[in-house]
Amino acid sequence: MKVSLFITCLVDQLFPEVGMSVVSVLRGLGAEVDFPADQTCCGQPAFNSGFSSEARDLAKRFIAIFENSEYVVAPSGSCTSMVRVFYPELFRDDPDWHKRAESLASRTYEFTEFVVNVLGVEDVGAAYHGKVALHQSCHLLRELNVRTEPQRLLRSVKGIELVELERAEACCGFGGLFSIKYPHISGSILQDKLDSVEKSGAAVVVASDVGCLMHIAGGLSRQAAAATTMHIAELLAKK
Amino acid sequence: MLLTLMHVNSESFIQDSTVAVQNKTLQTRLRVLTGFTTKRNLLFAELPDGEALRDRAREIKEETIGNLDSYLTQLEENVVRLGGTVHWARTGKEARAIVLELARRNNVKRVVKAKSMVTEEIELNEALEQAGIEAVETDLGEYIVQLAHEKPSHILAPAVHKSKRDISELFADKLGVANLKEAEEMTVVARKRLREKFLTADMGITGANFGVAETGTIVLVENEGNIRLSTSLPRIHVALMGIEKLVPSLDDLAVFLKILARSASGQKMSSYVSLITGARRAGEADGADEFHLIILDNGRSRILADEEMRESLYCLRCGACLNVCPVYQKIGGHAYGSVYSGPIGSIITPAFAGLEKSKDLPFASTLCGACREICPVRIDIPRILLKLRSDWAEGKHDNAGPPLLEKVAIKLWAFAMRHRIIYNLVFRVPAFLQGPLLEDGKLKRLPFALGGWTQNRDFPALARRSFRSMWGDEK
Repeated sequence: MKVSLFITCLVDQLFPEVGMSVVSVLRGLGAEVDFPADQTCCGQPAFNSGFSSEARDLAKRFIAIFENSEYVVAPSGSCTSMVRVFYPELFRDDPDWHKRAESLASRTYEFTEFVVNVLGVEDVGAAYHGKVALHQSCHLLRELNVRTEPQRLLRSVKGIELVELERAEACCGFGGLFSIKYPHISGSILQDKLDSVEKSGAAVVVASDVGCLMHIAGGLSRQAAAATTMHIAELLAKK
Repeated sequence: MLLTLMHVNSESFIQDSTVAVQNKTLQTRLRVLTGFTTKRNLLFAELPDGEALRDRAREIKEETIGNLDSYLTQLEENVVRLGGTVHWARTGKEARAIVLELARRNNVKRVVKAKSMVTEEIELNEALEQAGIEAVETDLGEYIVQLAHEKPSHILAPAVHKSKRDISELFADKLGVANLKEAEEMTVVARKRLREKFLTADMGITGANFGVAETGTIVLVENEGNIRLSTSLPRIHVALMGIEKLVPSLDDLAVFLKILARSASGQKMSSYVSLITGARRAGEADGADEFHLIILDNGRSRILADEEMRESLYCLRCGACLNVCPVYQKIGGHAYGSVYSGPIGSIITPAFAGLEKSKDLPFASTLCGACREICPVRIDIPRILLKLRSDWAEGKHDNAGPPLLEKVAIKLWAFAMRHRIIYNLVFRVPAFLQGPLLEDGKLKRLPFALGGWTQNRDFPALARRSFRSMWGDEK
């Protein structure tokens, strides 16, 4: 099984340890992992801002880099959604590129759904002692329909104490550029999530998307809260 | 040149939403809306075929909206056959003129109004008042906002933004009844005032939740009974209905009646469901003497013509999307500057009022998808928001588009992203320079446009080494 790692720009440049964890977990499950070094960004920021033409250019570049891969796996629900859900839409009026986009989309997965649904594994042999709560990122949940896979992986972690996060499915308020365009609203929505975290007693908040995590971490840190954040791949790589 | 068909105050969205998120009373009040969602979820879970009903409802709307011309004709024929009069209004202005003419012709001095979003959309009350006609809102929430000279802040619960104390003070100020403490006391006072209005009104004005083409029936749902009184006590009943409110048959109506109240307020059925077919006929005991149906376009046919926007016409105006929207939950309805707020408001307000005047609305969303998940007819609101963002970026429909700086920034960013080495430098250079700016390993203040983040959050340091650099080591 050959997996090409779609690292995503935020993981590449801000949270490289997440990428290392993904590689470690996938290799531990017997997959061969390669990293197409020419990759940059999937184009989602341009797409979400309405700049479809720029998004299309980046999409074409991305497709050309990854289209010969057997599987493409990303540690991000939102970046995976961009490729799987929105690339085909971007090329709605271009039959050739649409076909190429659909072909790539069919082989592109978010990390937790890949492990559970493609590799068929729920216990990756991880061990972590601590109170952990899961925040369910919106794109993963509502664009990709990945509803239970992260929990199933977490439940198998030896020593973990999984605590319920109230309103775990509620948006954290990140929303990409929304977080800086409307910071007052973004921060206000975040407060509810921070209150849920505090109420849950979790020491660590885990999610599939570093966008959500850096936004939540940013709030926890500013408010000097005790809880910290971790990408689910990092937790699953712990032994 | 795009005609602005609805007045909005959406240009002050940023200021208004900033005030709203700090308004403690508002924040407390908005939390009550989660009760609707909880009840809605329970009721849908109880239905053996809830998802199938939603699919069927959407199918019916697709069929109806796809053939509006023939269904509207059928509706008109039936309403007229049964003694009603049908008027066609292309714009809100025409609709107001029709109502005023009907009022003038019939010497109408007092109107009782049911809660109707479409009448808010066309600012009918203002027109009636200017013509010297007293128009009294009879839905308790609308009565309250009318007393306060405000617009409704929620499609279903117009006064949700008001606390008990707000209402008590309002009643003391405007009705001269002081020291009311409990909701029941205030309701009794309102009831007494409204009774007098019902009994002396010359005309009742309502909207229409549905129009049934096959029978010429207007359907109205409510919990308070004010619509019953408004449509049966005054001599004349005028119903205003957007062209998109049709359903083909009574069987189709049944599907919607199953999901509407469940979605809107978490009730199996609203307390009163009125099916009004034509005017009162000879020998009948109930109903107004005259029934007028004003069918309103006001930009709807323009939405119809747009393939990507068309499904926004399926909206039942249930308000469920408002209740689940993380943005609406924090800023309330008034910040949108439009009578249509929340997710549905964010897509139809630009359609009615133009993107130029409401450009924040499609962008003030995290695209979380909670609205699409709860919408009884599965309108893909996030998709439409993205389409409107694209319309904005491309300067479509004569809108000014993004400022030059933003366009240049995106082009530069895209250029960088197309070239791996530049992409890498864009991050590596700040990563190299950030050292002196870090406090406890974090950035407490980001420059320029990014500064919004650090208003209320810390920003992580850029990694000392990128993943691609570490991968390079592996090989």
